[in-house]
Amino acid sequence: MKKNFFIIIFFIFGLTQKSFAYSSDPKQFVQEIVDEAKKVLVETNTKEFKTKKLSEMALKTVDIKGIAYYSLGNYRKELNDEQMKEYLALFEKYFLKSFTSRLTDYSEPKIDVLSIEVLNPKYAIVKSLLLATDKKPEVNIEWRVYTKNPDKPLIRDLIIEGLSLARTQKEEFSSVIQTNNGDITKLFITLKEFTAK
Amino acid sequence: MVRKFIIILIFALFAQVGSLNAGTTGSEELKKKSSSSQDTVNECFEGVSRAMFKLNHGLDTAIFEPVAKGYRALPVPIRRATGNFTGNLRSLLTLSNNLLQGDFRKAGDTAGRFAINTTVGILGIFDPATKLGFEDHGKEDFGQTLGVWGTDSGCYFVLPILGPTTARDAVGLVGNIFLDPVYQITHNTEIRNGVVGNGNYSEHNYYYYRGTNAVDFRAKNIESWDSVEENSIDLYASLKSLYLQNRKQKIANSKSIIETQDDSDWEEIDTN
Repeated sequence: MKKNFFIIIFFIFGLTQKSFAYSSDPKQFVQEIVDEAKKVLVETNTKEFKTKKLSEMALKTVDIKGIAYYSLGNYRKELNDEQMKEYLALFEKYFLKSFTSRLTDYSEPKIDVLSIEVLNPKYAIVKSLLLATDKKPEVNIEWRVYTKNPDKPLIRDLIIEGLSLARTQKEEFSSVIQTNNGDITKLFITLKEFTAK
Repeated sequence: MVRKFIIILIFALFAQVGSLNAGTTGSEELKKKSSSSQDTVNECFEGVSRAMFKLNHGLDTAIFEPVAKGYRALPVPIRRATGNFTGNLRSLLTLSNNLLQGDFRKAGDTAGRFAINTTVGILGIFDPATKLGFEDHGKEDFGQTLGVWGTDSGCYFVLPILGPTTARDAVGLVGNIFLDPVYQITHNTEIRNGVVGNGNYSEHNYYYYRGTNAVDFRAKNIESWDSVEENSIDLYASLKSLYLQNRKQKIANSKSIIETQDDSDWEEIDTN
């Protein structure tokens, strides 16, 4: 009896784990993200529900720490450990808010995942197409997938019609720091203000 | 006209050599020191540009966005026909630039599209050329042509109403006037209108066409712009980045980021 109980627990645990595991193939990985997002972004779901689910997805599939480092550019070398810890925590909140806010307005987006281009052992670009609606034209979306750990690919950038969101963010961060005479703490304040609004 | 064109080319050459630094702010100095990206473009006069950006943003909120939203309320076939019509006229400027860039294959496609869409497509309202296999390669302008010829972007600034630009693209804007057959026809035949008897060649029609083109573009990008606006911590810097990335890919005639941007800065980021 006891043995059967453990088998059942093990089986349930195994199933649960499997339902949260994404494919290690970058193209399939993106396809799974797209499918999952489509289910979340149905019109009947509330904005709060969409935000919560998209945040959970992002935490599992996006390399938020990598994007945080990238966005800071060379300034990351100027931070001490304590500042870096604070920055990473702030960035995660900022990223999740910004990421979910961009997506929650979409209702059941139709995205075709088209092809993959392996750049090197660390990166692959997955190409996809957001299909046109009456209001919006079709949009090419490329996903920069970080594949250094081949078992666990992670998204590092979305390139929309050739425009990189990560690069835009990096240049924004740089501009905030530069217009405040190189004071990185001003960026921290700006990020706090953004997440508080 | 040839003289004016030569003047533009000389000006473009100057823009390539120097970056028209009419004044700098502290941030511009810092940018020079701290930039690691090869893609960074210096500001010409950041303070003035930020003020112009505020003005344009105000005008957009007060005028352009409401007009674009009104336009978006029109039925889809009307909007599509309007976009096709203005796009067909705009393709003449593209054709001039295809030729200047020495891209005769694309010039052939552009000319074929214009001929078919203007006749079979009833003044460009419909787009039978695409169905007949004449590919739309996208718009070209003189700023892109200068880029293809190897002219550096020069410094970045913001023009009132017209928005973000660079020294090269500002020269391109002037060049477009001379290269755009629609401008030439509407501006240089008006005097003869009495003889020709065709009011369609009047100057104001050129501005209707350009205005409609702008409204159509703005209407197609309402959500995208709202999203950028909502999620930016420095909207001016966002727009600058997006503008410069867009121009790079247009000059390279590629939407692939790895062909248009230096992405070596990703290589040093290791998280696992």
